[in-house]
Amino acid sequence: MKERDIQVTVNGRNAKKRIEARMLLSDFIRHELGLTGTHVGCENGVCGACTILVDGTAVRSCCTLAVQTEGCHIETIESLGRVNKLSPLQQAFWEKHGLQCGFCTPGMLMIMTELLRQNPNPDRAQIRERLNDNLCRCTGYEDIISSVERAVELMRAERGVQ
Amino acid sequence: MAQAGKIHSPPKGRQKESADQNLKIIGTRMKRKEDPRFLTGNGRFIDDVSLPHMAHAAALRSPHAHARIRSIDKKAAEALPGVLAVITGEEAALETGPLPCFANPPVEQRCIALGKVRHVGEPVVLVVAETRYIAEDAAALVKVEYDILPAISDMLDALNSSGDAVLHPSRGPSNIAEHRKYTFGAVDEEFANAAHIVKRRLRWARSGGQPIETCGAVANFDEGSGKFTIYANTSMYNYIGFTIAASLNVESHQLNIIPMDAGGSFGSKLFLHKVPVLAATAARIVGRPVKYVEDRVDNMMACDNHGSDRIYDAELAIDSSNHMTALRYRVIDDYGAYLQYGLGTHGNGFSQTVGPYRIRAVGAEIIAVLTNKCQQGACRGFGSEVTNFMIERMVDAAVSELKLDPVQFRYDNFIQPEEFPYQIPTGNLYDSGNYPGALKMALGMLDYQGWRRKQQEARAEGRYIGIGLASCQEKGVFSATEFWMLNREKGFALTSSPESVSIKIDTNGKAVISLHAPHWGNSPETVATMVLAEQLTLDPKDIAITYSDTDHGLPGTGPGGSRYTVMVTGAVAGAARILKEKLKRVAGHMLETSPHDLEFSNGRVSIKGIPGSGKTIAEVAMQSHMFRLSFPDDDLTSGLDANYTYDHPLATLPKSESDFGIFYPIMGHMCHMPVVEVDPKTGQVKILDYVAVHDCGTMINPMTVDGHVRGGTAQGIGTALYEEFQYDPNGQLRNASFYDYLMPRVAEMPDKIRIGHIITPSPYTEYGVKGAGEGGRMVAPPALAAAIEDALRPFNVKIDTLPATPARIRTLVRAAENQRG
Ligand code: FES
Ligand code: FES
Repeated sequence: MKERDIQVTVNGRNAKKRIEARMLLSDFIRHELGLTGTHVGCENGVCGACTILVDGTAVRSCCTLAVQTEGCHIETIESLGRVNKLSPLQQAFWEKHGLQCGFCTPGMLMIMTELLRQNPNPDRAQIRERLNDNLCRCTGYEDIISSVERAVELMRAERGVQ
Repeated sequence: MAQAGKIHSPPKGRQKESADQNLKIIGTRMKRKEDPRFLTGNGRFIDDVSLPHMAHAAALRSPHAHARIRSIDKKAAEALPGVLAVITGEEAALETGPLPCFANPPVEQRCIALGKVRHVGEPVVLVVAETRYIAEDAAALVKVEYDILPAISDMLDALNSSGDAVLHPSRGPSNIAEHRKYTFGAVDEEFANAAHIVKRRLRWARSGGQPIETCGAVANFDEGSGKFTIYANTSMYNYIGFTIAASLNVESHQLNIIPMDAGGSFGSKLFLHKVPVLAATAARIVGRPVKYVEDRVDNMMACDNHGSDRIYDAELAIDSSNHMTALRYRVIDDYGAYLQYGLGTHGNGFSQTVGPYRIRAVGAEIIAVLTNKCQQGACRGFGSEVTNFMIERMVDAAVSELKLDPVQFRYDNFIQPEEFPYQIPTGNLYDSGNYPGALKMALGMLDYQGWRRKQQEARAEGRYIGIGLASCQEKGVFSATEFWMLNREKGFALTSSPESVSIKIDTNGKAVISLHAPHWGNSPETVATMVLAEQLTLDPKDIAITYSDTDHGLPGTGPGGSRYTVMVTGAVAGAARILKEKLKRVAGHMLETSPHDLEFSNGRVSIKGIPGSGKTIAEVAMQSHMFRLSFPDDDLTSGLDANYTYDHPLATLPKSESDFGIFYPIMGHMCHMPVVEVDPKTGQVKILDYVAVHDCGTMINPMTVDGHVRGGTAQGIGTALYEEFQYDPNGQLRNASFYDYLMPRVAEMPDKIRIGHIITPSPYTEYGVKGAGEGGRMVAPPALAAAIEDALRPFNVKIDTLPATPARIRTLVRAAENQRG
């Protein structure tokens, strides 16, 4: 199998590896770098559980080859807050019960991270529109919407906006 | 024979914690204990497990629905660098036996097909290699020759198939796996006396739980001890895990199953058998740890857990005062290629087969057929969701044929609040309820009259709005007693379905609760924490949760059948009683007072009525663990720990095949009222409003209950409108991907599911808790069917088949229009 060297920045750290050219980005992140927070649900681009940010853009890592991200900045769930210092988005999901099994959650947090960077004050319709990219089988989505609305509030408070 | 009606001398329960006490933590919307790790990517799911020298397995799936395996040429696959083993069914069978099956007589299933494949996607060869990529490459190099056999795809064909079309000739010359008749009450008499008989043919299509995470296992075989260790996202490992050991031909103590967080189950991970046995079989052959995780196609084609797939011919008897008296049905159920749980999904329905109504007699004829499809397993509702659909469709059929009001007809037929505990004709008991109250609340919340007005106005504009109503039961807390009643030969007639916890309070007064069942998307850590915090007045932060493996497992049946919250609450309360007694004894010595004068408040063992007095639990714990000689030499032992096994709160032995006894008595209830708009030109259904009133007794945590209501309703919407595994006449699964198998995204959901709660605590469970896990999916389908039918009333169509896809709705509308001319 053809191998290639790859160098990327993952969550602010440099990662250099020699991998098979055909390796999926999801497998690279999970199994080569050990960042297992990113999940794989369908492997064909439908569920969004595998969503991460590549140079700030939400990407299905199951449908991307790792080598395509050569030189890119990758952000995964592990780049958000920590257990004892959750980010506002994570905190909001906690408060509003935006997760049950937690399997879709990393993908949900990453698409919403992208949305909130693009638009810090999304309305409900805009949240729903973006949320429609991903599947959750547990929550029925409503509590995820409430979580994102709550995150908007928390982030406004953090910025000192009234 | 069980006489339907109020039970005047009800069985005595074992409830110790009544519902009407002042509770501080139970009933609050405490944030979940489980969440921080999931929110930070620290969940531990099966594919996250990585062991040293671990190899990876991939299955070659059968492309045929039914075929004999003539030959397998694996040379090219074996020659591929990195391949460790290419395992055929014959090779697996040298050491591994058939998979567990709970039907009797059983239907033999192998982890890798042996001689014959019986459905598309069944593993034919398992390849083990250094990486998953290589394993999949090698699988593609295996050449298999098949002799095609006739495939049975239509369940009606299965009734008359013979010869080569028979899936399991060793079990008899036909594909009818079971044909059973049950009579509960005076069915024939009631029908003979009926003023009206309503008949319908109803069709419920096969769908599935389809959690976002598939099933997987990582297995290791230790040659030295002869012992397997299997990591898996299965439940029931502390209940029937020994049957996996039997498959693997090792003693039960030579298998340790370690549970992983499950990324959703909805029944489909109730008891994994094939996946762990595949991984373990491979591990023993290659002498290294092996990971086998299904990909999505494996999961959709061969997860062994498709849902019910039924055709009902149902009849409802109604007397001259419009009371339903009896229900009679013949049901054909397409179980697919195997029959792991026997007719369990029908026994489950018997627990609530009269719904919330005073129906006095029930006759059931069940025909279970085998076809060349993935076998059925568990899917949120375990068959009772279909029973609910059938009952509510029959109620609506009666209402429309007799030109009655759907609301009043239900009020007139409900079991009334003062009639509990109530025995239904199958022998099961309903513990408590307030069905008219739930309906009244739903009507009020929806503004029923307001929507009826809007419906009229919309009709005038040529728009078709419909209001649905379904009043359904949510049986909770299964007892195993019913399972084997369905078997032709009773077999292993188990009667236990317990749940345990082990609690240790450490030297510093912090508590660790070990659960003996896994996390599968419910909130076991939150529930156990809240109950213990309530009992001991501990700060929830001072409580940690772990999950025991089978080596350390106490009896634990695990989540399923909406039982876990009830059962783990009972187990924690039981263990807490033991701990409290010891804490009081130790504190009594420390304070030189009688334990009877002590109570718990704010994390202290204090003198009754004097908060802030006494000692903190941490102080008592320190003494208890470290200062044995401070205490008189009585039978006090060091440490603070307790194991407690909580048995089913109320179950009795079956009496006969017409009286199953009490087996599912903790009865929840739901009333759903959706409002939909249907476009008759496209068949599209849009949900405009949705009210869901639930009764699950005392709620430990209303936030997580609401989460279950919403999530279950979303799945019910999927079942009602979109989801269906479509097999073509050759048994090919046409929609084995998330592209083609449509599940609700947020766009398919109403903006809000408006939730109401009515609370009738169970008199039999601790704190009066009832189950709430399956709810929404057990009621949304008939509610939506009713709403669509109501919207299309001008066309006079009947929604007797689910899912009501746009194509199906269009077909109905077109036929109605053609008839009208
Ligand atoms: S796993 Fe990538 S979209 Fe589903
Ligand atoms: S929380 Fe389970 S899939 Fe979304």
